[in-house]
Amino acid sequence: MSTVPTSVAPRLPHTGKVTQTRVFLSEWTKLRSVRSTRWSFLVAVGFTIGIAALACAVVAHHWPHMSASEQATFNPLDPNLAGVQLAQLALGVLGVLVITAEYSTGMIRASMTAVPRRLPVLWGKAVVYGLVTLALMVPSTLIAFVVGQSFFARRHIDVSFTDPGVARVVIGAGLYLAAVGLFGLGLGAIIRNTAGGIAAFAGLMFVLPPLMNVLPASWNDAASPYLPLEAGEAIMATTSGNHLSPWVGLALLYGYAAAALAVASLLLVRRDT
Amino acid sequence: MIEAHNLSKDYGDKRAVDDLSFTVRPGVVTGFLGPNGSGKSTTIRLILGLDAPSGGQATVNGKRYREHAAPLHEVGALLEARSVHSGRSAYNHLLALAQTHGIPRSRVDELIDLVGLHDVARKRAGQFSLGMGQRLGIASALLGDPSTLILDEPVNGLDPEGIHWIRNLLRGLAAEGRTVFVSSHLMSEMSLTADHVIVIGRGRLITDISVEDFVRQASGKVVLVRSPSATRLGEVLAGPDVTVRAADERGLLEVTGLTAPEIGDAAAAAGIALHELVAQQASLEEAFMTLTSEDIEYRALAPAQEGEEAAAV
Repeated sequence: MSTVPTSVAPRLPHTGKVTQTRVFLSEWTKLRSVRSTRWSFLVAVGFTIGIAALACAVVAHHWPHMSASEQATFNPLDPNLAGVQLAQLALGVLGVLVITAEYSTGMIRASMTAVPRRLPVLWGKAVVYGLVTLALMVPSTLIAFVVGQSFFARRHIDVSFTDPGVARVVIGAGLYLAAVGLFGLGLGAIIRNTAGGIAAFAGLMFVLPPLMNVLPASWNDAASPYLPLEAGEAIMATTSGNHLSPWVGLALLYGYAAAALAVASLLLVRRDT
Repeated sequence: MIEAHNLSKDYGDKRAVDDLSFTVRPGVVTGFLGPNGSGKSTTIRLILGLDAPSGGQATVNGKRYREHAAPLHEVGALLEARSVHSGRSAYNHLLALAQTHGIPRSRVDELIDLVGLHDVARKRAGQFSLGMGQRLGIASALLGDPSTLILDEPVNGLDPEGIHWIRNLLRGLAAEGRTVFVSSHLMSEMSLTADHVIVIGRGRLITDISVEDFVRQASGKVVLVRSPSATRLGEVLAGPDVTVRAADERGLLEVTGLTAPEIGDAAAAAGIALHELVAQQASLEEAFMTLTSEDIEYRALAPAQEGEEAAAV
């Protein structure tokens, strides 16, 4: 045993103040260290690539049996993006969980005592989650494109990445998924409850569009393109229809995500934790 | 140093903390006592800026908590409610907190060893027992080597060895000149750890006193005296503020309102022999309950026996 008197708790040179960069690092640690993150990203990447491969393989196999009119309206990008539909659900729900799990477990109290100005935590989550989603999903949609089109190449019905609009759709799908994730995060931060956050996300994204059908057709046509789902999906549109122009639509979805995060940040500063 | 100035907090129309003012000084362990539901945890949440006060303010080391640029270096807190993501390991939990302040990983390892969680540091915190959770909470409180510690019911769920460990830790931290503020609903626990106590009930300050004075005030109010002439002694001692009660059939009287020397002198003056004269030490728990009995929020409906009352509050 040492006879030198030591401090009861080891001392530490103080390392300075809380900065946004440090909070980014902390949020990265938080994101990567729970299972729900790994599972959700695995599902999102797996579906984006797997479903695309499956759908394209089936279509390529079935091609000789398709009618002339089916073949005429066929767009090789459509089956290629089938997995995005499922990936967006996983990423939206994970976006909600990234913040609501802090409330349900009580972690939020530790987070807010470490960063009592609070906003850096929300910005940290949004930036880290957004960047990780982009870093995983843009390559995933690219891989899905390469894999999917390789099935079509055998039938000579594939498109090239350099064909008009193709790069926009393929990369845009990755950008779209990141926006969906951030929208989920913003809603979760407003509602602070997992079940409520997921319900709000699913309701605004997937339940609202069919509900619009109860409106008179002219109203429905006028309003529907501005709903989050339809606005965002404009970036992946391969035909001209009743939707916003691709980049305007995607920008609007990012706008919805930003608005949700802005409301959440106002509430975060005001509400008791 | 923690200062509360006229601190109040309303939840709806319920006042949880009511015009509370006190100062917690460095270098000693200050106990924060009150029955369950008396507003201790709320007060701590107000000090830490987790809740905004409805009135007044609290400062730590001269500033409101939120204004500190590096709060973990100023204040370490253990909250009563669990504040850990159940799916994250103890190591990653501490690391995420440390990174907000640029505290190195080696510090995280150091504290995991200090609180004895080395073997389970990579396990998910959701699998921890209450005691392990408390140890993790203490590690996060000490992470930034803060000059002020605020611990809400730290002995909850700890085994006797753990309780002994935390008592020594708290006394040691105070001896280093840190401010140590520890809440508890058990006076007996505080009497072993604290030098000073702040007692609240229903969100109001009841007393702010050194443990020594508290013990002095609590003790010696009841004197037991045995005499072969108990009946005559009872008559001699009788007075307006004095109650005398026969405690057994063999001449033992229980006297309140007079000190032991006063009783001895009165007996000597009357020529009465005394066989026993004892100033009874009231237990701290009893004194605490007397002090807070009117301020208990939740109480069992049936009149609880004295020994069980602590469990009923």
